[in-house]
Amino acid sequence: MNEVCFKTIDQDNPHTLATYKKNGGYQIWREILAGKWTPEKIIDELKTSGLRGRGGAGFPTGLKWSFMPRNQAGQKFVVCNSDEGEPGTCKDRDILRFNPHAVIEGMAIGGFVMGATVGYNYIRGEFKEPFYRFEAALAQAYELGLLGKNIHGSGMSFDLYSHLGAGAYICGEETALLESIEGKKGQPRFKPPFPANVGLFGKPTTINNTESFASVPSILSHGGQWFADLGVKNSGGVKLFSVTGHVQKPANFEVPMGIPFKDLLKMAGGVRSGRTLKAVIPGGSSTPVLTAEVAMNMTMDYDSIEHAGSMLGAGSVIVMDDSTCMVKALTRLAHFYYDESCGQCTPCREGTGWLYRILKRIIDGNGKAADIDLLLSVQDKIIGNTICALGDAAAMPVESFLRHFRDEFDHYIKHGKSIIEVKNSGENIK
Amino acid sequence: MISEKSKQTIDKWIAKYPKGQQQSAVMEALKLSQIDNGGYLDKKCIEAVADYLDMSVISVAEVATFYENYNHKPVAKYTVRFCHNISCMLNGADNLIDYLEAKINAEKLGELVQVKKVECLGACVGAPMCQINDDYFENLNEQKINEIISGLK
Ligand SMILES: Cc1cc2nc3c(=O)[nH]c(=O)nc-3n(C[C@H](O)[C@H](O)[C@H](O)COP(=O)(O)O)c2cc1C
Ligand code: FES
Repeated sequence: MNEVCFKTIDQDNPHTLATYKKNGGYQIWREILAGKWTPEKIIDELKTSGLRGRGGAGFPTGLKWSFMPRNQAGQKFVVCNSDEGEPGTCKDRDILRFNPHAVIEGMAIGGFVMGATVGYNYIRGEFKEPFYRFEAALAQAYELGLLGKNIHGSGMSFDLYSHLGAGAYICGEETALLESIEGKKGQPRFKPPFPANVGLFGKPTTINNTESFASVPSILSHGGQWFADLGVKNSGGVKLFSVTGHVQKPANFEVPMGIPFKDLLKMAGGVRSGRTLKAVIPGGSSTPVLTAEVAMNMTMDYDSIEHAGSMLGAGSVIVMDDSTCMVKALTRLAHFYYDESCGQCTPCREGTGWLYRILKRIIDGNGKAADIDLLLSVQDKIIGNTICALGDAAAMPVESFLRHFRDEFDHYIKHGKSIIEVKNSGENIK
Repeated sequence: MISEKSKQTIDKWIAKYPKGQQQSAVMEALKLSQIDNGGYLDKKCIEAVADYLDMSVISVAEVATFYENYNHKPVAKYTVRFCHNISCMLNGADNLIDYLEAKINAEKLGELVQVKKVECLGACVGAPMCQINDDYFENLNEQKINEIISGLK
């Protein structure tokens, strides 16, 4: 446990340069500056490692880095996505607070591989403490001469800056994030062109999640194969899982991919006493919900969770026990997407509003029998019809909640109240 | 409205971006102008930011209205941004928000503290949680809320 991004977390002053260096930090960057690595070798190690994007989509990082036209003349950028805002996700905050130097070193390495001399870390606006931690770490790295122009006389330059958001979940979407850095509304761009060709300020840009960047230094120091072997097939390495909701000890755990869900649940202290597990959202609010039975038999890796009918996403495991009203839970998620849709695409802007309003009228006791079909038809019209994946993210949970917990929705519509809350209150169920 | 001190900070932000891309500093410029103006943005703030960054007023207004962290009306000294999203909801956020609102009413603290329900603040392992101005408060319960509120002046 805690071998990569959380390497320093149990030590005194985990976020400081001294602690990072004591754990082998900046070794790889120094080797790069001394000419001991080539970009090709780094990309090969990353490909071997099986590292997949930790921001949610799981795209292989080595492959992404190989797409950059690194030898093309002109400015190129690396950008780190620390906009963390998907409900249930809270790992990047802790990486920034407790191991900011790993992010800096990972981004500097990325700059070398991609031929970019400037990087930005986009930190969500509410993350004041993480932002100050990251800024302090940046200042230390500059002081030591590890960043800047012609570093240690190597002829290599890398300048790194943080950029602060101002409250918009959509800016976690990579092209909205680029718009936001450019000082505009965070509305996603059409793809193609992809950021590797036309990115920040129109220049080739590679965007990765905080955890992806922070994993790179450890992968290179121990070797790609070491990382791959920590995990399982198609899911190399370790991953941070944020286990939240109805568990005794909610926390972030950095554990090997492929760990059985039930072991992870045990690490978080299990469900609250006297309660039983009801449902699990395994990868953050955008991923389909699973029943307890299915979850208890899956392992925490891309293939197993997909096989179970959901997605690993950002590793945000939301645990719900038998006291949970699934109608209310889904309504809350629907409200989130309704609130956060950027308004650019009609199916998403209007559809998320419809989903929320229908669910709201159900929990207000005014649901109609036809509302279930209406929900399904609205979500179906959003999926695949929008510029970015926020629309899909809003739609997918709806179908899964209805598929697994249809009786709760039917009951709510028929009786105007939640079957779960009736049960919890000890009232007789008619 | 932008103070001289804020202009110096904005200049530091501008220096982070390529030449001619001073628009990238608009989000910070608006935040600073908001502070200078006592907590919210009015037309003068938006015009001052547009002028300082050489942007059109409409482009600045778009940013100021798109992002959630800008206010367009006067605010209380303390804004409690209480997360009511899934992990916090599962841990009793709704009841705590009701409790906090009732307390503010009963103690007539409405001019000092205002409460806003917000979406996930990325601290779900500390649910239920809220943000008061810049700071996060996690693992909340009624007693903790009492302590926090009595500490606000
Ligand atoms: C609506 C939406 C929100 C997103 N939010 C985040 C986020 O907060 N952090 C993140 O790293 N990726 C987020 N992503 C994924 C990014 O678009 C992108 O795939 C990712 O940052 C790439 O980095 P990775 O390959 O290292 O995962 C989001 C995507 C969408 C569609
Ligand atoms: S759900 Fe409340 S902080 Fe994430």
